[in-house]
Amino acid sequence: MSELQHIKDPHIVLPDGSIEKTTTTLNLGPTHPATHGVFQNILEVDGERIVSSEQTVGYIHRAFEKIAERRPLYQITPLTDRLNYCSSPINNMGWHMTVEKLLGITLPKRVEYLRIIIMELARISDHLICNSIVGVDSGAFTGFLYVMQYRELIYEIYEEVCGSRLTTNIGRIGGFERNFNDIAFAKLEKFLAEYPAVLKEFENLFNRNRIFMERLIGAGPIGADRALNYGFTGPNLRAAGVDYDVRVHSPYSSYDDFEFEVPVGSTGDCYDRFLVRNQEMWQSLRIIEQAYAKVKAFKGKDAEVYHADVPEFYLPKKEDVYTKMEALIWHFKIVMGETEIPKGEVYHSVEGGNGELGFYLISDGGRTPYRLHFRRPCFIYYQAYSELTSGGMLSDAVITMSSLNLIAGEMDA
Amino acid sequence: MDQDYIKQRLIEKFGEAVTGFESPYGMLTFEAPKEMNLKVLQFLYDDEHLKFRFLTDLCAVHYPDNKGRELAIVYLLHNLVDNVRIRFKVFSPINEAGAAYTADIYTATKLFEAANWLERETFDFFGVNFVGHPNLKRIMNVEEMDYYPMLKQYPLEDQSRVDKDDEMFGRGGSVI
Repeated sequence: MSELQHIKDPHIVLPDGSIEKTTTTLNLGPTHPATHGVFQNILEVDGERIVSSEQTVGYIHRAFEKIAERRPLYQITPLTDRLNYCSSPINNMGWHMTVEKLLGITLPKRVEYLRIIIMELARISDHLICNSIVGVDSGAFTGFLYVMQYRELIYEIYEEVCGSRLTTNIGRIGGFERNFNDIAFAKLEKFLAEYPAVLKEFENLFNRNRIFMERLIGAGPIGADRALNYGFTGPNLRAAGVDYDVRVHSPYSSYDDFEFEVPVGSTGDCYDRFLVRNQEMWQSLRIIEQAYAKVKAFKGKDAEVYHADVPEFYLPKKEDVYTKMEALIWHFKIVMGETEIPKGEVYHSVEGGNGELGFYLISDGGRTPYRLHFRRPCFIYYQAYSELTSGGMLSDAVITMSSLNLIAGEMDA
Repeated sequence: MDQDYIKQRLIEKFGEAVTGFESPYGMLTFEAPKEMNLKVLQFLYDDEHLKFRFLTDLCAVHYPDNKGRELAIVYLLHNLVDNVRIRFKVFSPINEAGAAYTADIYTATKLFEAANWLERETFDFFGVNFVGHPNLKRIMNVEEMDYYPMLKQYPLEDQSRVDKDDEMFGRGGSVI
């Protein structure tokens, strides 16, 4: 029991020669309500102090990488939905962009701006869930219920664009499936008008709340060096003080046309992660406002552009399929997955809700990917959980888990 | 720091051992013999100019037709200071069917904590034995599984339905 030696004063004192252990094994998960997903933490606790922990993942592994090897490109988008399902539009867009990079498609600016609006809305809804769950886990339920209304509004915007809410399958290779309608823009305007006040109030509820601060400050901290070594990305890395953001470092989808800041923390503890996410929501709002202004500036024919011209991969309009030979052929080839993909290997990453979401796509010139690997941010940084919680209290372990924004769907692929 | 510089530094250090330089879609890619993977990673990590200290991703690819080089282990490294990414590959022959592992590669866990689970995942799906790994066991699949599912000899089932007997649907003439 070498790992236990640092406990000077164990709560359980055993008689000499006993083979019992002085610690208790506690299973946090796989279906504990505080795990917010199906994964298990086997904690060794001494009283309420955590001595060591081991994580088990894989309960909902669905073999996405294997399935993707038999799917035409457009059928892989629904698989990406189910990675980080709190912000599936970002995953969808990331996948579309990977394919577009492989195919060498450049998108019209308007499409890129629309994508940015959707991706930033998704980021807000992702951070909103994560931060309000941190609240729930520390005993403050009100914030969670209050902000759900605005996540609902975001979901309604998705609904106007793609018809679904959680697993969105939004957009297509080369653009969007349809132009944003007036209701979508009206809802976006409503969101932009009302959400700042809500976010402000959310912050008022939490940021300087004495109980909340006591619970979060110092819980699950990590330094910048360790965070980098563990492969942290996204808000969790930025909370540790490293300003790495894929949107800034490798701008995609015209993110370089926008002005925004990358908030960073310093201690890498739960409180900093919470604050970083809140700040990022403000920055996302800034980006959406700018992007919406740019979208509105398109007039006439330009304002109707919602996809690039890629007949090999973008489904033609239904009325054309019924009346035009060429459209019919493309439609058939796309639906049957009979378009060949150029040979090549490409890595593309986007700033997902919880970190750098990467797609490593190898094509051998066939109709499906030869190999597709998802770089799933929370799978990589969840490894640090043991280090983050060892030596802390049991209640810190719960709060650390929710503040890391772990999504079981993404972890298990 | 441009790609030519990285290439030049690598050739200075390792000479003929590093080969296959190319840059598909703008990312410098190269390979080295599999025994040298740690040496190359360590050099890339320690060098005061290269500073590839962030392991973005690690995965394997199976090329069954590539005799003697069936398995590729791909490291994706990132220099966060200069914002440069590179892709580093090692190829390994695959062990005969029935062997406990498909290949042996030195583990990168001493260098990157992030490699721990990524290597476990690669082991789980491709059967690569990461020599020196602290806890090499399956991570996604059940422990009892006795094969490595991402290898190409295990294709997914055909999507066209065979369980539907045409006779049942009034079309007759089922092939048996």
